[in-house]
Amino acid sequence: MSARPISDGKAAERRLGWWLCAPAALVMLIVAGWPILYSVLLSFQRFDLRFPDDKAWIGFDNYQAVLSSEYWWNAFGVTTFIMIVSVAIELVLGMILAIIMHRTLVGRGLVRTVVLIPYGIVTVVAAYGWRYAWTPGTGWLANLLDESTAPLTERPSAIAIIILAEVWKTTPFMALLLLAGLTVVPEELLRAASIDGASKWQSFVRITLPLIRPAILVALLFRMLDAFRIYDNIYVLTNGGQDTSSVSILTYHNLIGGLNLGIGSTMSVLIFLTVALIAFIFIKVLGTSTPGSDK
Amino acid sequence: MTGAQIRWSILNLVVVVYALVPVLWLLSLSLKDPSTFTDGKFIPREWTFDNYKNIFDVGEFTRPLINSIGIAIIATLIAIVLGVFAAYAIARLDFPGKNVMLGASLLIAMFPQVSLVTPLFEIERRLGLFNTWAGLIFPYVTFALPLTIYILASFFKEIPWELEKAAKMDGASPFQAFRKVIVPLAAPGVVTAAILAFIQCWNDFLFAISLTSTDRARTAPAAISFFTGASQFEDPTGSIAAAAVVITIPIVLFVLFFQRRIVSGLTSGAVKG
Amino acid sequence: MAEIVLDKVTKRFRDGTEAVQEIDLTIADKEFLILVGPSGCGKSTTLNMIAGLEDISDGELRIDGDRVNERSPQDRNIAMVFQSYALYPHMTVRENMEFPLTIAKLDKATIKQKIDEAAEILELGPYLDRKPSDLSGGQRQRVAMGRAIVRKPKAFLMDEPLSNLDAKLRAQMRTSISRLQKSLGTTTVYVTHDQTEAMTLGDRIVVMRAGIVQQIGTPQDLYERPANLFVAGFIGSPTMNFLPGELVNSSIATAIGEIPISDRLRSGLSEHGPTGRDVIVGIRPEAFEDSRFVDDQTAFTFPHDIDIVESLGSAKLAYLDVDIDARAHEHFAEIAQESGAEDVFGSQQIVAQLDARSPVREGDSMEISFRPDDIQLFDPTDGTNLTEHD
Repeated sequence: MSARPISDGKAAERRLGWWLCAPAALVMLIVAGWPILYSVLLSFQRFDLRFPDDKAWIGFDNYQAVLSSEYWWNAFGVTTFIMIVSVAIELVLGMILAIIMHRTLVGRGLVRTVVLIPYGIVTVVAAYGWRYAWTPGTGWLANLLDESTAPLTERPSAIAIIILAEVWKTTPFMALLLLAGLTVVPEELLRAASIDGASKWQSFVRITLPLIRPAILVALLFRMLDAFRIYDNIYVLTNGGQDTSSVSILTYHNLIGGLNLGIGSTMSVLIFLTVALIAFIFIKVLGTSTPGSDK
Repeated sequence: MTGAQIRWSILNLVVVVYALVPVLWLLSLSLKDPSTFTDGKFIPREWTFDNYKNIFDVGEFTRPLINSIGIAIIATLIAIVLGVFAAYAIARLDFPGKNVMLGASLLIAMFPQVSLVTPLFEIERRLGLFNTWAGLIFPYVTFALPLTIYILASFFKEIPWELEKAAKMDGASPFQAFRKVIVPLAAPGVVTAAILAFIQCWNDFLFAISLTSTDRARTAPAAISFFTGASQFEDPTGSIAAAAVVITIPIVLFVLFFQRRIVSGLTSGAVKG
Repeated sequence: MAEIVLDKVTKRFRDGTEAVQEIDLTIADKEFLILVGPSGCGKSTTLNMIAGLEDISDGELRIDGDRVNERSPQDRNIAMVFQSYALYPHMTVRENMEFPLTIAKLDKATIKQKIDEAAEILELGPYLDRKPSDLSGGQRQRVAMGRAIVRKPKAFLMDEPLSNLDAKLRAQMRTSISRLQKSLGTTTVYVTHDQTEAMTLGDRIVVMRAGIVQQIGTPQDLYERPANLFVAGFIGSPTMNFLPGELVNSSIATAIGEIPISDRLRSGLSEHGPTGRDVIVGIRPEAFEDSRFVDDQTAFTFPHDIDIVESLGSAKLAYLDVDIDARAHEHFAEIAQESGAEDVFGSQQIVAQLDARSPVREGDSMEISFRPDDIQLFDPTDGTNLTEHD
């Protein structure tokens, strides 16, 4: 009998592995892989559903149109601004929240339960809450302001409210990811630090922070990618009015409002490239480990 | 109570207020009599359930609610079944292509959904899936899969290898070992993954407004955004608030009953990474 | 009840390293066979290949004459006890033991009867409805044994089943496993890294190192006639002492004096002959004795300073610092590293086990004796025993 490079058992294991993964892989391929490819193809075509006969391959014309459009750059700027500001606030608030969840002496279960409400609540629902709260007359928050102001109708305050809604909803998620990091910091290290004479703040900065750096990077990566796709909050709060469109809102309007598949696809591809760039920077430059995604 | 306990209690209170006030505001709004909407008060002056009665009487909410429940449950079930298979293979078996599978999942988890909306809109229109349950179930399953695969794989990895070997030695076939030993032990992970997948599907808005056009498949979050009120001249504020509260109920129930599971599910991926 | 034959069985990994090289082994029906060796020697891999949990890269495995290489574990009818016990945490003790029987689709009455039988033998009766997490280490171990015996398999495979127990319990379980195996008469292959377990349990012992079988024999064989330096050093506690020596006419020059060559050694040497005049002398600590208690005329006696004395109650251990030349020391160190027993070889110390009545004290100088026939001679180039080849 000749020796076999792969025995039955090994071959069976491989086959089983493939069979078990096949359904999930197939669904992901059909529903995500193929549309991605398709949108790349569409982005090189003139394809407007209002003029379906006027379909043609036009190379990079769509890209040129989008990249020279001030609407696109305005949306891109708004999206980036919202992403950076809200993630920065979330990081600070999330860290405080994580420490409270980790350290609190009383009602730990209660705290961990209530923070899941913002996480779990439907974004659109929360957004309506904020919209009515800031609507003059109706809103309890708007009533705290000068009577003549309508914060959602002015660009700076509208963007601030969008950021508020975003921060309120996603800080708990950030906090949970950071909490995961905090729980693996050995208690002994902190005790050793305090015996070595470090204050609480010093041991947080010098010991805890460096140790949870991986968790911070992961949390930042997830949240930045997520914030860059911001859609629901803006749709409800301003629907892109007062120049508050995000790239997702703009793309959606080109598709459903404008029925322009070529331009919509081009924007889709550009958003995807931006997201890929962010992920690339985090993973390759900052050395973020790529763990199980949770969002 | 010691000083430290009091300090922590105050901090906890701040967190509770932070988390609940916006929700309580919607609840209050939904219970306000329409004539008092514009008083801007946090607590209703006149209480009424009319807003709730309205949304179910008019019927513009009933059908979307059924759509939401049905679509989210079906998508969750499919994602769990497919996810269990794939996660088991990834956690337990050695086969080429495993890392590709993991990488693809991660890619999809991070993918901007709006990038899929355009092509899916066009593809579904052609296939006749536009504005159907299936048309939403497919993307929901796809976006729930990475989450379920990662959560389940991390649960599977915690089950000692030797248990499976023991089952084989006890005469079980690989499938029997999976069904009788691994699945019962992974049940908590399955529940966790199912809850998170459901929340994710329940939450979706972008696909729901892009891939539907009528109440045939439109889900509750999308329907709310189209509310016009009981009559053309009526302000939809009350209906929207009431509907918003209704679709928040399942989330609150999950959070109350499965707090530990949700927290562990959300954090498992981050720690293991 | 079965005979298991390993015919040039080899385990090769993808990178080409061989974890197990061409094992030839026949395990007789009803035999209790031990696989022993330091970690990484391939003993567990060998066991897993017999179990079917790992593939055999080359060679043939036969159970009762049938080739089973390609059979999956569930078709081999072999039971296994794991180091971690691998009890199913979601099942009660009863359900754990029933598991192999329900898989085999036995009827309820038979299952119940078999479980009751096993529970009786292993004294598990009171615990049948508990979950494994509510049991002590020893009880879990017994459940694992119970799960193995209920279905009367062709063979038991045990992978370090006692290593998670404390010393006292381990000694108890050792005797009960031995008794159980004798009464059931089931062929058993038992893996351990503990030479005491190997010596006390096995009908025969297979000593492995780096994937290669060093020696197969009864405990007494291995103790009295180790095939090479590695086996000599691995079997026996305290470890055998090794000294460099040089053959000079009819004696061996060593750091402790010129040891005369006995007739047995002489005939061995003439048969196998060392390549040079250098040899390694192996003397078991038990071979030494305080000269005051020895009246054997043939005994070899030498005076030495005693550095440390440890009293074991039943005996005394005396440690003697000896002057071993650096070159030989280096060689020992090399062997020691390969065998993973640094602390044993290459020390410049001799351990002598003396009669408990010996009045020796640390710092004393005393006379120590041993019979020249009790020593082993090894080839310093390849470590083989020069006097005890089969």
